[in-house]
Order: sequence, then structure tokens, then C-alpha cells
Amino acid sequence: MSDIGYLDGKVPTGPIDEKWTSHKFNMKLVNPANKRRYEVIVVGTGLAGASAAASLGELGYNVKVFTFHDSPRRAHSIAAQGGINAAKNYKNDGDSVYRLFYDTVKGGDFRAREGNVYRLAEVSVDIIDQCAGQGVPFAREYSGLLDNRSFGGAQVSRTFYARGQTGQQLLLGAYQALARQIRAGSCTLYNRTEMLDLVVKDGAARGIVVRDLMTGEVTSHSAHAVVLATGGYGNVFYLSTNAKGSNTTATWRAHKRGALYANPCYTQIHPTCIPASDDFQSKLTLMSESLRNDGRIWVPKNPADTRSPDQIPEADRDYYLERRYPAFGNLVPRDVASRNAKTQVDEGRGIGPLKNGVYLDFGDAINRVGAQVIKERYDNLFEMYERITDEDPYKVPMRIYPAVHYTMGGLWVDYNLMSNIPGLYVLGEANFSDHGANRLGASALMQGLADGYFVLPYTIGDYLAGMLGEKPLDTSDPAFKQSEAEISDQVKRLLSLRGKQTVDQLYRKMGVDVVWAKCGMARNEQGLKEAISDIRAIRDEFWSDINITDQSQTMNQSLEKAMRVSDFIDLAELMCKDALHREESCGGHFREEYQTPDGEALRNDDQFAYVGAWEWTGESGQQKLHKEELAFEYVKLAQRSYK
Amino acid sequence: MATTTPARGSSTSARGLVRPTFKQPSKRLPYPIGLYQTAVGKKWVMGVTGIMMMGFVLVHMIGNLHMYEGPAEYNEYAEALRNLGGALIPHEGVLWVLRLGLITAAALHIHSAATLTIMNRRSRPQGYQAPRDYSAANFASRTMRATGIIVLLFIIFHLLDLTWGVFLGDDYIKGDVYNNVTRSLSSAPVAIVYMLANIALAVHLFHGAWSLFQSLGWNSPQFNQARRVFATAFAGLILVGNLSFPIMNLAGVVSQDTRTTPCAAEGGEETDICLGVNE
Amino acid sequence: MRITLKVWRQDGPTSPGSFETYDVPGVSPDMSFLEMLDVVNDRLTLDGKRPIVFEHDCREGICGSCGMIINGVPHGPEKGTATCQLHMRKFHDGDQIVVEPWRAAAFPVIRDVAVDRSAFDRIIEAGGYISTPTGAAPDANLTLIPKPVADAAMDAAACIGCGACVAACPNSAAQLFTSAKLAHLNLLPQGQAERWARTEAMVETMEEFFGSCTNHGECREACPKEISIDFIAMMNRDYVKAKRKNRKLLSQIR
Ligand SMILES: Cc1cc2nc3c(=O)[nH]c(=O)nc-3n(C[C@H](O)[C@H](O)[C@H](O)COP(=O)(O)OP(=O)(O)OC[C@H]3O[C@@H](n4cnc5c(N)ncnc54)[C@H](O)[C@@H]3O)c2cc1C
Ligand code: HEM
Ligand code: SF4
Ligand code: FES
Repeated sequence: MSDIGYLDGKVPTGPIDEKWTSHKFNMKLVNPANKRRYEVIVVGTGLAGASAAASLGELGYNVKVFTFHDSPRRAHSIAAQGGINAAKNYKNDGDSVYRLFYDTVKGGDFRAREGNVYRLAEVSVDIIDQCAGQGVPFAREYSGLLDNRSFGGAQVSRTFYARGQTGQQLLLGAYQALARQIRAGSCTLYNRTEMLDLVVKDGAARGIVVRDLMTGEVTSHSAHAVVLATGGYGNVFYLSTNAKGSNTTATWRAHKRGALYANPCYTQIHPTCIPASDDFQSKLTLMSESLRNDGRIWVPKNPADTRSPDQIPEADRDYYLERRYPAFGNLVPRDVASRNAKTQVDEGRGIGPLKNGVYLDFGDAINRVGAQVIKERYDNLFEMYERITDEDPYKVPMRIYPAVHYTMGGLWVDYNLMSNIPGLYVLGEANFSDHGANRLGASALMQGLADGYFVLPYTIGDYLAGMLGEKPLDTSDPAFKQSEAEISDQVKRLLSLRGKQTVDQLYRKMGVDVVWAKCGMARNEQGLKEAISDIRAIRDEFWSDINITDQSQTMNQSLEKAMRVSDFIDLAELMCKDALHREESCGGHFREEYQTPDGEALRNDDQFAYVGAWEWTGESGQQKLHKEELAFEYVKLAQRSYK
Repeated sequence: MATTTPARGSSTSARGLVRPTFKQPSKRLPYPIGLYQTAVGKKWVMGVTGIMMMGFVLVHMIGNLHMYEGPAEYNEYAEALRNLGGALIPHEGVLWVLRLGLITAAALHIHSAATLTIMNRRSRPQGYQAPRDYSAANFASRTMRATGIIVLLFIIFHLLDLTWGVFLGDDYIKGDVYNNVTRSLSSAPVAIVYMLANIALAVHLFHGAWSLFQSLGWNSPQFNQARRVFATAFAGLILVGNLSFPIMNLAGVVSQDTRTTPCAAEGGEETDICLGVNE
Repeated sequence: MRITLKVWRQDGPTSPGSFETYDVPGVSPDMSFLEMLDVVNDRLTLDGKRPIVFEHDCREGICGSCGMIINGVPHGPEKGTATCQLHMRKFHDGDQIVVEPWRAAAFPVIRDVAVDRSAFDRIIEAGGYISTPTGAAPDANLTLIPKPVADAAMDAAACIGCGACVAACPNSAAQLFTSAKLAHLNLLPQGQAERWARTEAMVETMEEFFGSCTNHGECREACPKEISIDFIAMMNRDYVKAKRKNRKLLSQIR
């Protein structure tokens, strides 16, 4: 392994509001006529991938786009509900690029890179223009102007939305732009094709090795640069709000080829999800955070109280958020709301048949504004809730519980979104991102599109310009052939396993019983150490005791899942290792040993104001830590308070 | 570029599994014939020709109501049809234009129906292996082809019967429409054929008169409700009107010709005496 | 609950395929339909048999991956609900549930109940976009869009591309899918410049793969997003207009 040494984020010098402008000017350009001489691989067709591929195609590069989905439109971004932030200040309520920048750094609990965040806020305004131009049907006011809503944590209305389907509409916009480039021939789509390896030679990314999910064929693709936009790894917990297919395989395999994995322990738990109903639960469903505007959260004071909620008088209810945080009440940030719900359930006051939730009660709101108004605001959510639980939230309080929702960690990238491997770019949720230790609502969509539409198309040119005249590495090169052989071997080995467990059984055991239990909403040293040894045992079990009865090389979902789970196991170990090393609480990472007397997260800025980026050294769990120190020149480090 | 793995044949990765089932013609003909080369265009044509035939069926039904006024009025109506356009235009001129229009409409309607049916069959080579449970498609919409064919066969029968008098034999008097109709319809089997065919026609129209608004793109939230009402009313009107003829004949309300028919005596010659003989 | 599951099993696109019946005890009414299939698959695997291949991803009714004919109805008995959002409480103890893949020439079976829907992508590639290269758009508030127009466009844009409309249609027509995308783009002011070219290209691509609409309305009944067939009428109207050349030249005129 090469020595990485000091990690340089390559943030341009100069005043924060001029960094991006001057950087754009200073970067090298590729002459339009030369662009078609370059091959670029984009893996992933979510917001980040589709927008990047379409934009690169428009510029004239030869782009190959890969997705394991059957169509680019199915990427997990489609599921985002709430909205997308932009510092348009259309509401004249004091928003600005600087305020969005400030809110994001603070919301991220001071663990993000200032330069990146400022740029994100800066291009956010262009995103809305771009998407509206593509025909994204954003909500409008009667005047025909764009409508906004306010969203978790922010004091301004800066969230643009398209009903409860913002992610869907933004993704369709990007997918349609990509479809146009596919038609034009500048982008070639490889659907149902999974990236299984990154090929690095002479210190730079040269291509990828993929498996055709319909034929099982393993092939190589080379390019001048490789862009990963493969989403987050929330499914390491088995139960999460992520789509079932979301996985870490692409980023993990790049990690094994030398890319640094940064801050894997920063995972976000969303407070308002529907609790699991039984052991067969396969995924969790998010109920929009906006519900907390009108719902009051409570549990019975007496853990033994078995009365139905409407029989429990006010005096016997504990509205614990209102009690503990009189200023913010039910509207405290996601991490605070989540941890408090966990405490209630852990202390036995959970409600519902499995005592695994808390009430979100609309009774007062219905009495105050009437059922009709509540219906107008939340009808689709109430309907969805009823479909899933068979309970009518107009009559019975909702049952909610936190669930894994987003992962702030990911592959380390510099200001140009390039990883430590030259020629390997990482976008969207897959990179360690601009959100620090906690992401604010409605800013993941913003980041994915910022990366894809407005950052990568500039920064990649700077790298490519230096490669003019170079041909991509031939796919008959031993580097490709060796990787192809390794993958075929892995497939063979998995198919030969004749154990007693299904992949899902083991996966659930790891995700729910180990990672969620010990590296979930709250973590402690002992639990993390146990988790690491549990995970190691699970890895051994995996490679000896699972059984894949489907032996075919064609569409074989058990095999696909087994490969993804094998990577999740390794990632889980690194997550725990990262969580163990970070002896502080910040954002989504809460170490029980480090809290204020009244139970709030206690940061340690002196020792941990850095990005922890891990380098693979050949064996799982043996990664080496590299630190990128974070400097805060514009936003003052301060303890967050929501009292 | 030679250095990379070749793409799978096309710039989009259909991977050979999904191939177009239908080839678009390499050359598009000019409007409006080009329209007819496409399925949406054909449906549009079916809608337009449907309206033409609906117009015919309606007028035809109303015209036949003259039957209830008696032979003279009825035959007068028939002659008036032949004399459309008055003295300006040769006898039966306008009628032939209308006939040609209707023949073309029917031909296009049938041709579209046939080609689209073939297209639809080919779009699902393997049908559902378990029973399907339909929720919107109704009897009328599911049987358009059958009712269409019944109507077609009936039209042929109807022309043979009353235009060329093939079945009436010597009873057929060219020009004496009243005589022909009443004689034909007083035979029970024939009356039943007429009734069944008109039920089929009404069923066809129950869907068709609604469906055409979709095919022609005439829709607006303001009258979407009314489309169903219109189609039901139209089909019902045609049904009631057209069924009444065979029923009334069978029931004897419209009686067979009791005249001494000079027309018959003169061997079917079309003379003025034939008309208005009861006066 | 105990149910009997009769599922279409097919090894590959060219293999014949047939129904197989499984006895499924221990079904909880709170399970989703797909969770029930997960359980069946785990049991099949433990019995040394090949699990059922079915597509799914978000399990929230938005990605459009899932979809199968359940007891003769696309996406099963609950209206406006995708397969992944269907719950077992909609069935009764002792029920037989028959599961079959979408069937259409354009949706060949890949394996079991998974089909290839890439023909939909071909339709979108033909023109289902507004050509706005990155960076070219004006300020979003420069184009005023009346709320009812934006709402109508959103109604159409809600389509998740699941293919149930095609599966439900006795003619395997893709009118609802195509017209939903066309209406989304054709209703918006931004979409006017390419309106007629887009309509022509998308309709003609659609016709290469799918059957012809006879206005049964089955598609709407099956659609998990309850997309209105009014959009089909709008598409037909636009298409006939698009065929008139001067319309294309004077594309701003409605
Ligand atoms: C329920 C829910 C609601 C949300 N709501 C909001 C919200 O309101 N606002 C907000 O800002 N954010 C929201 N988020 C977060 C946001 O949706 C995601 O962070 C964001 O969409 C991620 O986009 P992406 O492009 O990075 O990745 P994804 O959309 O996950 O796309 C990943 C792509 O990579 C491909 N891929 C992955 N691995 C491979 C491989 N090995 N080979 C080939 N292809 C591969 C996949 O096929 C897919 O195309 C929400 C998230 C969830 C779960
Ligand atoms: C001559 C034999 C006929 C045949 C074979 C026939 C067949 C068909 C078929 C297959 C359809 C398409 C069904 C659909 O799209 O839902 C149809 C539609 C229709 N038919 Fe006929 N039909 C015939 C006669 C008639 C007659 C005599 C009339 C009018 C009185 C008529 C009126 C209509 C109408 C209005 C439609 C709806 C068109 C549309 O949806 O655009 N048809 N016919
Ligand atoms: S129109 Fe409805 S049924 Fe058809 S693909 Fe779209 S969402 Fe599915
Ligand atoms: S799994 Fe996504 S819509 Fe059903």
C-alpha cells in the first residue's frame, strides 16, 4: 500500500464566497472537440449518478452508465419524500447562501468541510432552476410562483417540494436528461449490471469489472475516469428506510482497492418511522418529519399501563419531549428526538403490541384546527400509515419509532470530489459528503444534484485535461483479467456453500442483533467491542454456513444478495471500529460515555475535529486511520442547544 | 474504441430480450394518410367513421319511423331520399354520395378493426394462464369485435333482403319499400334476426359512442360524466327505435299491405301510381 | 393464517414455465405481501429448493419495481396500491393466492414473476424529456405556472413505471404510461417547444412494442397511482395535431 500521509482536502484558498468561482477559473478545461476522446464510467443512476452522466454526455464525453436496477429511474433516490433545500430566499425571510451554509455546518455538528458546504449552498439555487427547466412539477402557489415549506431545524422556508414525491420527480428529471443522452448516443446504459471491482493501475483508476445480472457474465470496462454514485450503506443495519437493493458493494470494493472510507460511524436515525410489526419485517417505512408539526409525542407514565391510548387520561401521559425541551418541544432535531424515543422504549415505556414505539398523537391538533385541515395537510401520509398498520390515525395515535435513514459516512473525497485514488470520483450519498456528523432534512437531494450537475462536470475536466492523447487501459490487461478471475472465483465459492442458514437469516442477525443493537442510536465501548467480535463470528458463519440453493448464473437474487451481505459484514466491522475510536458524541454518533449531565451529545473538538478516513491494509478490521483536520474559519464551534 | 468491451449491440442495453413487435414503416406518408399508418391514427379514423355510421344509423332509424304513418308516407320518405338535392342534381346523386361515404367509412372502420386486432393479438403471445379478473372492462367493450361482425353480417343480410330482394322472391317490389319491409318483418325468423342484430348494434354503440371521445381526444372534465350518459342514451334510442319495427310488425300493429297493389300488378315497375296509392 | 400459494415458476426467458403450489402456514396478517414471499423463499431455500425470483426495491410503492398478477388482478385486490404495499390482512385464512407475471410481448419473462420492462425506457428515450442542458435554465420563477396546471402535471408525473397498466390491458397497450409522461411534459410551459415532436416520437415508439388501446379503462383500475385515462384522450388529441405538419412548425400554437 502506498503511503497516503497527510490528507489534503484541496479546498482552494481565498475568502469562502470566492473559492468556487476562482477554482472554476483556475481549473484546466478540455477543448470541446477533444471531449469525445474521453471515456468516463459512471456507476449509479440515482440523483447524483444520473445528473452527472447526463451533464457529462451533454458536454460531449463518452459516458458509460451502470446500474444494477432494471431502469435508471428505480434508483433509491426515487423514494425521497420531503423536499430539496435551496437558498433562493423567494420568501424574503432572511435566507441566503451564507445562512444555508451556516445551518448545514451547524446541523452537521461541526464535522464537515466548510469549503464544500459553502459551495453546496452556492449551487443550490442553480439546481432549482435546472430542475424546473426540465419540467419537475414543483409545488406552486396560486400566483404561479414556486412554493416553499420549512423543514427540520431551519428557521426559514427554503424547501422546494413536489407533493410527497420530491425525490421521484427530481430523479425522473435527471433520468429523462440521461435518456436524452442515451438517445443521442453520448451515454450508453448498462442496466442490470453490477459493479464488483475497481481496477487501479499505476496509481490511478482505470476501469471497473462488472457482472451482468441477467447472464452472469463478468466483463471489464475501462475509461479515463471512474465516477461512483452508488448511494449509502444504511442497509448494513438490515432494517432501514433504504430500498432493499441499496448496498455498499461498489464503494467497499473501491475501498479494498485503496480508496479511503471516511466517517463510517456517522449514521442518521430518523425519528418518525413505523415500528416493526413482527420478526418478518423486511424494511421500515418513513413517515414524513412534517408530522411533528402537529403531532404530540408521548408515552404512558406507567410502563405497566396496558390501557388503549384513548383510555389513558392526560395525567398519566408523559409528553417527554415537551417536558425536556420546552423551547423546541416536539420539533427538536432528528438525533435528539430519536435518542429520546429510544430511552423511553429501553426503559420499558414503549407502546404497541411489541412495546417498540411511542405515540404521535394528533388528537389535540384535530380538536384545535379540525379534522379537515389535518386531512389536507397529511392525508396521503395517514393513508399510507393505515395501509401498513390497519389503524386509523384520525382516531388512534400513530405509533412511531426511529429507524436508520441516511449515512453521512462514505468514501473520502477532496474538494474536487476525487477520492485519494486519482481518477476515481465519488458523488452523492456514496461519498463522506458535506453533512458532517448529521444531515439536515432536504439536503441530501440538494447534495446529490449539486455534485452531479454543477460540481463534477467542472472538476473532472481538470483531471482529464492532463490525460489528452492517453488511451484507456486495454481491458485485456492483466489487471482486468485478474480481477475478473477473482470475481468468478467468489461467485463459485458462494454457490458451493451448502450450509444451514439462508443469507437473509444471517443478514438479519448481523444487522438487527449486532449492528443496530450495539452500533445504532447509542453506542458504548463495551458494546462496540462485543459487536466487533460478533461480526467476526458472523463472517465465519457466513463463509461456511449459508446456503444458496439457486445455482444458476442468470438472474439469481440469492447470489446477488450474498455478495452484498459479504461486503456489509466487512463494513460493519469498520463502522464499529470507527465508532470505537471516536471518543466523543457528535450528530448521529452518540457515545453513551460522552454526554452532558442532561443527556445531550458532548463533542470533543480538541481531539476529534477531523475526518477519520480509513485505509484498507489487506485484511478486514485492520484498516489504518488517516486524519483530515477540519478548520472552522467562518462558523464558530459551539454546543448545539435546543432547550 | 477498441480498448473497451463492446456495448451490447445497441446504444441502449435491451440485451436482445425485448425487441419491437411491430415495425414502423420506413417512410411516413403525408397527412392525413400518414395518420392511418399508426394505431392511434387508426383509432382516430375508427372514431370518425363510427360517428359517420352513427349519423346514418340515427337518421335511418328516424326515417323508418315513417312506417308508422302508413305506406304512402313511408314510400314518400324513401323517394325523398332518392331525390335529395332536388332537381339540381341527378336522381339518386346525393344518395350515392352518401352511400359511397358510408361504404368508405365502413371499409375503413372494418380495416382498422381488423389490423388493430391483429396487433393486439401479437402484443400478448402468451396469455394469462390463470383466470383474470377484470374490473373496468364491461361486456360491451369486451365484445366489440363480435358485435361488429354481427352488425356487418346483418348489413349484408339487410341489403340482400331489402335492397336486392333476394329472400322475398316474387313478393319483392322494387320501390315499394313499405311492402318489402312489412312482408319481410312479418316472418318471425327474419324479425328475430333483425332484433338480435340490433341488440348487437346497441351493445356496440354502448361502448363505441363513449369510446370515440377518448379516441378523438375530445375530453374535458366538464363533460366527462356526460359521455357515458350520451352513449347510453344513444345506444338506447337506437335500440328502442330499431327493435320496435320487427316487434310492431310481428305484433301486427304495423300491418301488412292491404292495398290492391298496382305496383305489384305492374311487376314492380316504379311508377307514380305506386306512390300514394292509398290517396 | 395459512394460505395456499400458486406461483408461476419459469427458469428463463425461453423455458416453458408452469404453476407450482406451496402450502404456507404461519402467515401474519401484518406482513406485507412481499414479506410473505420472503418467508416462502427462506423456507424453499432451507428445503434445498430454488427461491422465487420477484422484483422489488423500495417496498414503499414508489420505485415501480414490484408487480405481479395476484388472483387475476395486477398488484392484487387493493385499489391504488402497489404489490409491495399490499398486506396479508386483505386475504383470509385458507385462501388460495395465484401469482403470475405480467404478460406482454414487450415484457418478456426473465425468471418466475420477474419481467423485463425496458421497453418503457425506449419510450422515454424517444422524447420523454424537456431538452434543458445543465446550466441552460432561466430562474425558476421566471416561468409562472398556474397552480392547477402544475397540479395536473404532477398528477400525470406520479406514474411509477410499474407496467401494471400494460399487464391489465386486454390488448397489452401502454397508453396510460405513455400518455402520463406526455401529459406531464406537454402540460407545462417548459414543454411546449418540443410538444409535437415529442408526442409523435413517443407514440410511434410505443406502437413498436405494445398493442392498441380500445378504451376498456382496465389500466386505470390497476394503476397503483390511479392515473386518469383523460391523459390518454389528451395524448390522442396531441398526436393527431402533431401529425399535421404546420402544427410542428408553429409549435407554440395549441
Ligand atoms: C425514505 C427516504 C426519504 C428521504 N427523503 C429525503 C428528502 O426528503 N430530502 C432529502 O434531501 N433527502 C432525502 N433522503 C435521502 C436521499 O434520498 C438520498 O440520500 C439520495 O437520494 C441518494 O442519492 P444517490 O444518487 O447518492 O444514490 P441512490 O439514489 O441510492 O442511487 C444509487 C445508484 O447506484 C446504483 N448502484 C449501487 N451499487 C451499484 C453497483 N455495485 N453496481 C452498479 N450500480 C450500483 C444503483 O443502481 C442506483 O442507481 C431520503 C431517503 C430515504 C431512504
Ligand atoms: C361493420 C361492421 C363493424 C365492425 C367489424 C366493427 C368493429 C368495431 C371495432 C373492433 C371497434 C373497436 C372497439 C374499440 O376500440 O373499443 C369499433 C368501434 C366503434 N364502432 Fe364499430 N364495427 C362495425 C360497425 C359499426 C357501426 C355500424 C357503427 C355505427 C353505427 C359502429 C360504431 C362504432 C363506434 C362509434 C366505435 C368507437 C370508435 C372509437 O373508439 O374511436 N361500428 N367497431
Ligand atoms: S400508468 Fe400507472 S400502472 Fe402504468 S406504469 Fe404508470 S403507475 Fe404503473
Ligand atoms: S417495491 Fe418499489 S414500488 Fe413496490
